[in-house]
Amino acid sequence: MALLETDSLIKDFRGFRAVNDVSLRIEEETIHALVGPNGAGKTTLFNLLSKFLQPSAGRILYRGEEITALRPEQIARRGVARSFQITSLFEQLTILEHVALALQADTALGYRFWQSERVLDQFRERALAILDEVGLRDLAEREVHALPYGQKRSLEMALVLARDPALLLLDEPTAGMGREDVERMIALIRRAGTGRTVVLVEHNMGVVAELADRVTVLQRGSVLAEGTYAAVRDDPQVIEAYLGQTHA
Amino acid sequence: MRVQLRHRLGYLTALLVALALPQVIYPGLALDIVVWGLFAVSLDLLLGFGGLLSFGHAAFWGSAGYAAGLAAKHLGVPFPVAVLAGVTVAVLLALPIGYLSIRRQAIYFAMVTLAFAQMLFYVTNEWRGLTGGENGLQAIPRTFPGLTLPSGSAAFYYAALPLALLGYWLAWRAVHSPFGHVLVAIRDNEARAQALGYPTRRYKVLGFVLSAALAGLAGSLFALGHGFAALELLHWTTSGLVVMMVILGGVGTLWGSVIGAAVVLLLRDWLSTSTLTLAGVSLKDAWGVVTGVIFVLIVLSFRRGVWGTLLQLRLPRGGSRPAPRAGQTTAGGPSAADGG
Ligand SMILES: Nc1ncnc2c1ncn2[C@@H]1O[C@H](COP(=O)(O)OP(=O)(O)O)[C@@H](O)[C@H]1O
Ligand SMILES: [Mg+2]
Repeated sequence: MALLETDSLIKDFRGFRAVNDVSLRIEEETIHALVGPNGAGKTTLFNLLSKFLQPSAGRILYRGEEITALRPEQIARRGVARSFQITSLFEQLTILEHVALALQADTALGYRFWQSERVLDQFRERALAILDEVGLRDLAEREVHALPYGQKRSLEMALVLARDPALLLLDEPTAGMGREDVERMIALIRRAGTGRTVVLVEHNMGVVAELADRVTVLQRGSVLAEGTYAAVRDDPQVIEAYLGQTHA
Repeated sequence: MRVQLRHRLGYLTALLVALALPQVIYPGLALDIVVWGLFAVSLDLLLGFGGLLSFGHAAFWGSAGYAAGLAAKHLGVPFPVAVLAGVTVAVLLALPIGYLSIRRQAIYFAMVTLAFAQMLFYVTNEWRGLTGGENGLQAIPRTFPGLTLPSGSAAFYYAALPLALLGYWLAWRAVHSPFGHVLVAIRDNEARAQALGYPTRRYKVLGFVLSAALAGLAGSLFALGHGFAALELLHWTTSGLVVMMVILGGVGTLWGSVIGAAVVLLLRDWLSTSTLTLAGVSLKDAWGVVTGVIFVLIVLSFRRGVWGTLLQLRLPRGGSRPAPRAGQTTAGGPSAADGG
């Protein structure tokens, strides 16, 4: 069964069509990669799926239910968690506080302005366990602004995991990472993806080859090809799209 | 532990200063410092921790002042009940105003709040039957069983102090609550907070209403303490003055706002009795200009305000949390959600 579907999705920016008539089916418990040359519309599509942008036309269905008009926090509460391509954290909070904030989001604690912040200690154990999973446990008390880039990306993943989502939307989780960090991220996504559904925007074809069950190739906002990584890689149209481009 | 001890000593000192204040300066001025300080703290809760600069906070200070005055004058209720009436009116106004204005960001938010405050100013001016128009409400009584509380008296100061301290405590508690954490997170990165599942608008409205309630508490005590409510309570210069106090003290420091309020009020008081002249102009007549110049000088030399700078000197590694960035406003919206 498809967990997430789009039906003729279109996004126009002042006359420029960034996403053009895209119909996707993301099957449950698969890792589905969105690839394509720069400017293909991957991030725009991703922001439509995570509801940070409203489509100009078309529909989005999650578990067979239309979610086109919902706000980001509403789909977040239904089990969709997204990461950000540009690392997006709360500069003033410690690593542990980040994860506690993500865990707290499912409760109504956040409205309690009359209660001491010490009630947040209840999330400590779970937060530390999640940080252990992404290899940040030892840095739990550090503030994030001083963290190296690779560890910020890991924290992004910890925030996604803390939501315990059914669907993970990951925008270039390995962007700008060194080789070792990429390897660790691949292992992390594979573990996190077990029993879950993952949509992955990715530039690095090595990562796509290792992780993706299905690949959708976008070009100038439209779907150019779709299939397994092996099938898509050998598609002459796809090869041409990537050759017309200085770097993939 | 040592930090905690130092905090406790700090609070104890503040309490002693508050108790001694009407013995050192005249009680009317002491009350002004305490209630304007609370007004400034309420604004800093919204600006420093929510990243929202309201330029119309006189709406809550003023409407509460009128409401408390009307309740005391026409219903004859004890002054704490009148204060409650004032706070209630401020909250009832803040709900729709907050709901509508938090849909705008940064400077647009400031402009929308200013517009609402101006509306309220004109309505109050026109509604003469209730508000006394340009004359305002005069001779507001302060009743409390068993006590006589003349306006401007030390007696009223001490009667009002517990309520003001309750307001200060609430602001401190809100900042150090689960709500405070979410508010700071939204200020720093609204898109991220949404992605975690936080309905950020609802949180911002709650922050707005809390802030307005505290401004209302302060405004009620001010009007009752002086025995009158005038249009000046709702004037845009009142909104501007409280913003100035917060910036002077240091945005996002909470207690700095009290220092900012004290500096402005003591300066105004000193100038009003001073016989100094500058280039033939009596400083007495130009207190606005003098405060303005001092404001500019302090802001230029201490970017974090008086208190923020002191804190930075004492705690070079930013000891207390949540440590906000000064003068920050939200930058959220879909465009901030991601890059290409
Ligand atoms: N907010 C926007 N306004 C106007 N054009 C945009 C906006 N966002 C993206 N675009 C354009 O849409 C196209 C697709 O961009 P994007 O989705 O970021 O591509 P990708 O992530 O595949 O590199 C690009 O040509 C880009 O310039
Ligand atoms: Mg992109």
